[in-house]
Amino acid sequence: MPDDPALLLKARDISKAFPGIQALQNVNLSLRRAEVLAIVGENGAGKSTLMKILGGVYVQDSGEVLLDGKPVELGTVEGAQKLGIALIHQELNLAENLDVAGNIFLGREPRWAGPLKLIDRSIYGNAALITRRLGLECSTRASVGCLSIGQQQLVEIARALSLKSRILIMDEPTSSLTQRETHRLFEVIRDLVREEMSVIYISHRLQEVEQIADRVTVLRDGRNAGDLDKSSIRHEAMVPLMVGRELKQFFHRTEKSISSSSAQAAPLLRVSALITKVSKGKPISFSLKPGEIVGMAGLMGAGRSELAEALFGIDPPLGGEVFLDGRPIGVRTPAQAIEAGIFLLPEDRRTQGLILAASVKDNISLASLDRVSWLSFISRHRERELAQDTCERLNVRTSSIDKAVGLLSGGNQQKVVLGKWLCRAPRVLILDEPTRGVDVGAKTEIYALMDRLAGQGVAILMISSDLEEILGMSDRVLVMHQGGLAGELPREGLSEQAIMHLATGGFGRP
Amino acid sequence: MKKLVGIFAFLIVLYGAVLIADEGARSIQNHFNLGRRIGLYGIISLGAGILIISGGIDLSIGSVVGLCATLLAMLMKERAWNPALAMGAVLLLGAAIGLVNGLLVTKLRVQAFVATLCGLFIYRGAARWIASDQPKGLQNDFVDWKYWLYSSRDVLGLPMSVVFLITLALLATLFLHFSVYGRYLYAIGSNEQAARYSGIATDRYKLLAYVLCSTLAALFGILFLLQENSAQPSDAGSFLELYAIAGAVLGGCSLRGGEGTVLGILIGTAILRILQNLVNMWDIPAALEYTVIGTALLVGAILDEWLRRRSLSRLAT
Repeated sequence: MPDDPALLLKARDISKAFPGIQALQNVNLSLRRAEVLAIVGENGAGKSTLMKILGGVYVQDSGEVLLDGKPVELGTVEGAQKLGIALIHQELNLAENLDVAGNIFLGREPRWAGPLKLIDRSIYGNAALITRRLGLECSTRASVGCLSIGQQQLVEIARALSLKSRILIMDEPTSSLTQRETHRLFEVIRDLVREEMSVIYISHRLQEVEQIADRVTVLRDGRNAGDLDKSSIRHEAMVPLMVGRELKQFFHRTEKSISSSSAQAAPLLRVSALITKVSKGKPISFSLKPGEIVGMAGLMGAGRSELAEALFGIDPPLGGEVFLDGRPIGVRTPAQAIEAGIFLLPEDRRTQGLILAASVKDNISLASLDRVSWLSFISRHRERELAQDTCERLNVRTSSIDKAVGLLSGGNQQKVVLGKWLCRAPRVLILDEPTRGVDVGAKTEIYALMDRLAGQGVAILMISSDLEEILGMSDRVLVMHQGGLAGELPREGLSEQAIMHLATGGFGRP
Repeated sequence: MKKLVGIFAFLIVLYGAVLIADEGARSIQNHFNLGRRIGLYGIISLGAGILIISGGIDLSIGSVVGLCATLLAMLMKERAWNPALAMGAVLLLGAAIGLVNGLLVTKLRVQAFVATLCGLFIYRGAARWIASDQPKGLQNDFVDWKYWLYSSRDVLGLPMSVVFLITLALLATLFLHFSVYGRYLYAIGSNEQAARYSGIATDRYKLLAYVLCSTLAALFGILFLLQENSAQPSDAGSFLELYAIAGAVLGGCSLRGGEGTVLGILIGTAILRILQNLVNMWDIPAALEYTVIGTALLVGAILDEWLRRRSLSRLAT
């Protein structure tokens, strides 16, 4: 629509690469005045990267952005703000110790003349004008840290409004909001659009997109996968565009490998009435059989990682019991979990999984030094052998095992974290978001590896926010909601809808 | 490794400057004196270095030295304890102080800087209190001990403090660079969370680092008393923590943790002592000694940060 008079912003042929991954390839996007454009796509489809380019956080490798038909250089966040583009990140960017007005005008406070540059008290009045427009019912002197997440989101929007933004980009704004706060946010968005604001709304919650979007642009693997107009925005229309991949070639969990897993075997790990720090009086019970891959789905903040950390002894459970081979094990520390053969691949590999500045070898051997040392002295030879073998087994692509692990691509980094555990003999493997930020090639390898491990009798609990992955890899699925288990779904008849129904607090079958 | 080469080159340059500066500097006696000082200061720099590698910091080193030296003088002279027993007791006191520091940091989660800053005041006050603020000395007793430490050249003609330092450095090398414990300390210093997620009992190893650091400070206190013959509780050992930390940092330990080597710490200490020697020889007013040391440290820190940024930009994704 080159001659569309309502066209406000156009991104043309945007490409962006990160080491080891082509995040965006020739992506196009157009935004009209006073509309809500939703960007949908799987995790890793390139949504956030595209928005960060529009918000001035990243600079594209190629392609151009046109505003009002004229090419613009966004360059920096400030540059984008000057052009009227405000980006609200998924993780809010607020100074929690400052008050509401201080956050709204941060860095742009009206100051008194003179050397002291005292902040003019008028910011409270001015801030109140904006917060009232958004229906934010709290004092502008309230400390932001005391507000709910939904209110904090409104403070971010207020900041964008105070910058006289014309384009508001919101990255997964509802991921930690309650249903009521979500409705409130949608009302605010509709009001803003009525006042000529254009909104780009990123979400993978398709029901919300149906409610709020005027148009939808679908991304898949860093490319445009299609656009939908208001009349055709429906769940069934979006999903095929988002997925559009032959699942069977990608995932390695096949019916054959499932049936060969010992379905009748006694549970390897049994969790009984476990209480985590977020389970709020909803004790968790489930069991894992040897050779089983059990998916664990749920929304962000549903308590999945907390459960994983309780089982691994990072935050010991506050109650309940865990049995391995029918015998109770009271795991209070990670060392005890490791002793029992329960390993955790943590959610954030850069802060929890790896020492980025240390070598591949040091990272792989870190949890197994007892196996390559004598009287606590490390045998260099045996350690290198261990690291080398593990790298070969997991096909870690690195020029040398002495290379700093931070220099590897995301997929290879994740293989190193896995390698750290696989050079010991796992019995129960808890994988928390095993393929987050991992390129497609390495993903396939990780899936194949999981299938192989299950074949060897390892019980795998796979926590994932990637529903496609849950559907493709799980023998059955546990769904968590607000700290507790919301239900269990067998592989037969498993669907995205059924999982989301439970994850959002529904009961039984939809 | 590159870092080590850099500071080693700096050390050689400084040493060359010392030799050129003065005829007297080339004498065996000057080398003996220099060695004795390096040996002494190296001991606390090793302790501080091990702690810094694990991501900790100890500002109470100087006060622990003061307390231990004062207490030792009182035990040996006034209470007439067997010297070996008294020294053992003082070392135990050092270990206990390290344990307290470590427990404050790991169990009560007090920031290391704050916990040990409080220790700096507390142990200095304790030293002054037990001694009623009077200097405590050995006077003319224990000549054998003093001679043995100060002048004897029994081992390869080396000053006894150098013998101590070499022994400790070898032990520290085995500990830090060849044992599982050392590997764990580096892991904890670079990324404590990842270390914990790898099953390492991080609190226990951090405690160990604090205990080692304070015990070495107590050892320094013993050697200090034998060398100086008396300890003034109000200032014996004051500022020593800063020298200890400066030596470790000059030698390549990063206060961010996870970085540093025993050899580097030794070189860093030697640089500091030789700088001091140079200040004397070049007729730089002694009042400027701190300024010179501060400047050297600053240049080192700027270079270190520059190197870090360069390697970080390669690490960035």
